[in-house]
Amino acid sequence: MSRLFLRSPEAVAGTIILALLVAMALAAPWLFPRDPLAIVGPAMLPPFQDWTLPLGTDRLGRDVLSGLFHGARTSLAVGLAAAATSIIVGVLVGTIAGFAGGWVDEVLMRITDAFQTVPGFLLALAFVSVAGPSLGVVVVAIALGAWTQPARITRAEVLSIRERDYVAGARVIGMHPAEIAFREVLPNALPPVLALSSVIVAAAVLTEAALSFLGLGDPNRVTWGGMIAEGRAVLRSAPFLSIVPGIALVLTVLGVYLLGEGAVEASAVKRGNA
Amino acid sequence: MSPLLSLRGLSVRYPGSKASLAALDSIDLDIAPGERLAIIGESGSGKSTLALAIANLLPGNALVQGAVEWPGLGRKAENGRDIGFVFQDPSASLDPVMRVGDQIAEVARANLGVGWRAAQALAIQLLDRVRLPEPKLAAQAFPHQLSGGQKQRVAIAAAIVGKPRLLIADEATSALDTIVQAEIMALIGRLVTEEGMSLLFISHDIALASQIADRIAVFRHGRLVEIGPARQIVSNPTDSYTRLLLDAHLGIDPHLEIDAHLEIDA
Amino acid sequence: MNRALRLIRRRLLGAVPVLLIVVVGSFLLLEAAPGDAVDAYAVSFGGDAGMIAALREAWGLDGTPFARLTAYLWSLLHLDLGQSVAFSRPVLDVVLERLPNTLLLMGAATALSFALGSALGIVAGSRPGSFRDRFLSIGSLALYAVPGFWLGLVLVVIFTVQLRWLPLSGMETIASGKSGFGRALDIARHLVLPVASLGFLYLALYLRMMRAGMAEVWRMDFVLAGRARGLSRRRIVLRHVARNALLPLVTMLGLQSAGMLGGSVVIESLFAIPGLGRLAQEAVGARDTPLLIGIILVSAVLVIAVNLLVDIAYAALDPRVGAGEAQA
Repeated sequence: MSRLFLRSPEAVAGTIILALLVAMALAAPWLFPRDPLAIVGPAMLPPFQDWTLPLGTDRLGRDVLSGLFHGARTSLAVGLAAAATSIIVGVLVGTIAGFAGGWVDEVLMRITDAFQTVPGFLLALAFVSVAGPSLGVVVVAIALGAWTQPARITRAEVLSIRERDYVAGARVIGMHPAEIAFREVLPNALPPVLALSSVIVAAAVLTEAALSFLGLGDPNRVTWGGMIAEGRAVLRSAPFLSIVPGIALVLTVLGVYLLGEGAVEASAVKRGNA
Repeated sequence: MSPLLSLRGLSVRYPGSKASLAALDSIDLDIAPGERLAIIGESGSGKSTLALAIANLLPGNALVQGAVEWPGLGRKAENGRDIGFVFQDPSASLDPVMRVGDQIAEVARANLGVGWRAAQALAIQLLDRVRLPEPKLAAQAFPHQLSGGQKQRVAIAAAIVGKPRLLIADEATSALDTIVQAEIMALIGRLVTEEGMSLLFISHDIALASQIADRIAVFRHGRLVEIGPARQIVSNPTDSYTRLLLDAHLGIDPHLEIDAHLEIDA
Repeated sequence: MNRALRLIRRRLLGAVPVLLIVVVGSFLLLEAAPGDAVDAYAVSFGGDAGMIAALREAWGLDGTPFARLTAYLWSLLHLDLGQSVAFSRPVLDVVLERLPNTLLLMGAATALSFALGSALGIVAGSRPGSFRDRFLSIGSLALYAVPGFWLGLVLVVIFTVQLRWLPLSGMETIASGKSGFGRALDIARHLVLPVASLGFLYLALYLRMMRAGMAEVWRMDFVLAGRARGLSRRRIVLRHVARNALLPLVTMLGLQSAGMLGGSVVIESLFAIPGLGRLAQEAVGARDTPLLIGIILVSAVLVIAVNLLVDIAYAALDPRVGAGEAQA
């Protein structure tokens, strides 16, 4: 599996990009122990002028490189936490709906429909606006709009699995329905949901960036979206202030996609050979 | 008389598969104009590969050796106008979102150089010839609105509208139930006679093949194991594998007089 | 035609419970937010404590949560979405005023991304594995990773700051005195960058979907049958492979409408386009929860309407839709 995985150039590129990002996120407090929001030098210092501030400073004199490193922490943490929350909630809802059937299924699926009808970003906006911007609220806000897809996929899988022999067998030996649902059916319904996880992580990273671009991120943390918004005020004189964090964002999302594509391809090849 | 089609040392191999097992292994075969040749074999015998190789439809990675020659044409054959091809599953071989009349008409337009209006008229004519009731209405139907047998009639109409010299029927009746199968067999037999086409009838069913074919060729593991007049193959096979195939069809009477020209649905 | 009517009826009936859930969810959000509709009204028009209490009673806001929900549903049935704090006007009026701009932006972005995306998808998918296929696949993946608001900024740097070809923001030149065709052209010039920023993500999506769909259709028997019938490669690609691969794309058009409405919040804010999305951002900034909830409700109705239109279009494109019940 891993050798197959590394044969695809996409997967290799994705792995390298993400490994670098994780390294950046982990090394941030060690390489840049100062608060990335602190003013450290003259305002709007261009890149490559001062070796202690390699990427220069922003409009308030904050270190851009330090912001990039600390921003990686926020992006990855929020992206992964929001994706994990949506997948867990979605899988739970999907399993219960698919396994219980009847009116439970009907109610849960109408709720899923309702969440898919409201634009996820508006929902996130409203939630952050009511609950106030903090890291946890942003995670929940993103998950509010992202759990529906895993829920639908899980339900479809569960529906196809629950009629199979080993499930019938579990019924015959008198296993509790909840036990059957979560120990026999759920593990077999997971793979297609996990195949989707890269898309969910990428979407979560992008939503977080958009929220902080609009000023709805946690105000006590550096975010790439916030840095892009910050640089917008001086777009004419110092466009790099917006462009550089954007490139970091694009690379992150691209890395996640590439990794996901590589994993899906590798598992497809593996299944094809079996 | 020179044969219509002549295969000389035809071998087909797919990369990746074991070198010892060719999909087709140096096949020599002739089909005379107007002749009905049946190719019999189990799945994996190479009979469908043979059909695809003749129509130049093999996947791009197939390695082909030997020659497919058309002495009867004096040039390379072109699909649609020289070769008509009927596939096994009529539900899959028709585009689900195009009206069946249009699917026949586009073949007429591509091969006969007629305009769209004339092609549509031809399509209706062809639907009548393959005995679809109310051909004008039928032309407006989409494949899902027709039965399996009706769809196969449409596919046959699309195969012969370009007036080909050779009709290839690759398991053309195996997806249909027995009664419809007999009707389609009769239809193919009648059309081949009327158009003076040669027929390459590919089937796993030796009894079925013996109803329609002048000659039968038996394939196994990509090799031609036995070929001869249909009656002789059925009543007096020389190869043990052919005998095995026949034994699997207990109850077929080699002396039964079969009239494939009889129209069951006439 | 009968088929389409049956479809519309079924979809509309199906939308009722969904909308009801959206309304209840909106109500919960409103309850969670500080202040209520009377506070909003009082901010707009003033009023002493006695009058506020009277209003609260008259609007049914002094009762139990259930009574308040009933009152809320009752007012929604009368198309009363409450009072906007920030604008001192009924929410529905403000929202409907902004809606056309958003519809124009979304319509243009959808048209651009769908037309260009499917066309490039056909180019990529007509020869799977070829150089142009690989190029377009990787290019679209990269494009798919670009957030619209950042793309917008980059485009502004290139086309407004450097080249000075296009205006920076707004919907049209203020007080230009233009009318008719001149005004339309002016609006079009203003919309180029926002439409591109909003649409490129979907362009990449449609390209990838078209390509993947075509790869699947290529494996189908009727494509081989088309070759066996002597059809030209061009006809097989366009009339059979692309035509069949287009169907799932059309479904996607409906599913993406909610995402695009969400995306328009950032893009409209970035380019100062007075639409629904920018209104949402303004509502957040002004802590105007009734307005924000109103926008959510109208968006939900819009998404349902778009999906209904898409379903009708799909039924027209795929003859198999509703075939089962037609015979029943």
